[in-house]
Amino acid sequence: MTVTIKYFGLVAEAANKFEEVMELNGELTARELKEHCLNGLSITDKDSVQIAVNQNLDDQITLKDGDEVALLPPFAGG
Amino acid sequence: MSRYDRQIKLTEVGQKGQEEFRNAKVLIVGVGGLGCPAAMYLVGAGVGKIGLMDHDRVDVSNLHRQVLFKESDVGRPKALVAKERLEKQNSEVQFEVYEKPLTVENAENTVKQYDIVLDGTDNFETKYLINDACLLADKPWVFASIYKNEGQLSVFNYKDGPTYRCVFPKSTRQNISCETTGVLGVLPGILGTLQAAEVIKIILGAGELLSGKLKLINMMLSSEQTIKLNKRPEEIEKIRKGGIAPVDIDCDLKDKEQWYLDVREAFEQPKPKGKKVLSIPLGDLTSRYREIPDNQEVFVFCQSGKRSKNAIEILKNEFGFHNLKNVEGGIETIIDG
Repeated sequence: MTVTIKYFGLVAEAANKFEEVMELNGELTARELKEHCLNGLSITDKDSVQIAVNQNLDDQITLKDGDEVALLPPFAGG
Repeated sequence: MSRYDRQIKLTEVGQKGQEEFRNAKVLIVGVGGLGCPAAMYLVGAGVGKIGLMDHDRVDVSNLHRQVLFKESDVGRPKALVAKERLEKQNSEVQFEVYEKPLTVENAENTVKQYDIVLDGTDNFETKYLINDACLLADKPWVFASIYKNEGQLSVFNYKDGPTYRCVFPKSTRQNISCETTGVLGVLPGILGTLQAAEVIKIILGAGELLSGKLKLINMMLSSEQTIKLNKRPEEIEKIRKGGIAPVDIDCDLKDKEQWYLDVREAFEQPKPKGKKVLSIPLGDLTSRYREIPDNQEVFVFCQSGKRSKNAIEILKNEFGFHNLKNVEGGIETIIDG
């Protein structure tokens, strides 16, 4: 199955992209996909990155074909 | 012709809405890139009372985005300068100036005196503080934050809706401000103006609010997205029962064997851990200089490198220190990780 991943803030910067389409094999929760995506990126505080699936904040959900997953770090600037 | 004629003509406003503006009290915490444009539109709309809170002074590097300030204001307190500018814009508005930071001690009492809080801050600890104080005082707050060309916006704690802790239960020490990452002036201009729009809708009880929603804007890509939020009741209960939960953002410094002198104020974050980190605010140096080692090299730092430079001048000229080295780029350049 295929999911679209949207990156924001310093996650986008570390991944060097705002969006990617990923082919997944087997069942995966949103949280597992996040760990997979952030693995190897230079982000010291991965716990603070939140996950939205199809524009709903949720990390427990099991992903299905066509889902859009957003990885949202908190921003502090003003 | 009335000053407010053009907005009173709208069915959402009318004479009744204008009366609601006049009775409204809004606290703006942080009068910077977000707070300046927000304040201008709320003052324009005729909000009855506006609190302006900022402990900082105008710096020349603020002028490209903090649109209330002029070159001649550099060095003056932001909250006071903002008030002077805004009362010329609308003399019917009552202003309260707070030239100090929001703290655990003053947060709840200050927030209680207002109907709505607008978050113009640039750091996580104050955002959590606003969140907790608003939760305890039962006030809605309008949040915005920026990272480079992106912004986040939401209305929290509105009529029992989700709070900031429901979205970001865990604070992070990746506390990256516009000073370190860079920002175009127009982005906080857009976000601050959208915050003012949310405040106006709350006052009028009109339209659709961003309560329970997080709006994400990428100015460079001209894209936006809205994420639906859920409440995390356990996060809300924790604050209701235990009161404000101050967020201390710890960090490690790169060189554990090096002596460091932190001349920032106690409220400034992140806070470096370690046996060889000494914390003496600039104003206390003359009474506490004896605590500073004088027999080995000490790196002196603050947020940006400016105050630490001053500190070294004082310690060198008045107390004969010759072992101090300035951390030019401020704390962000010496954090490990």
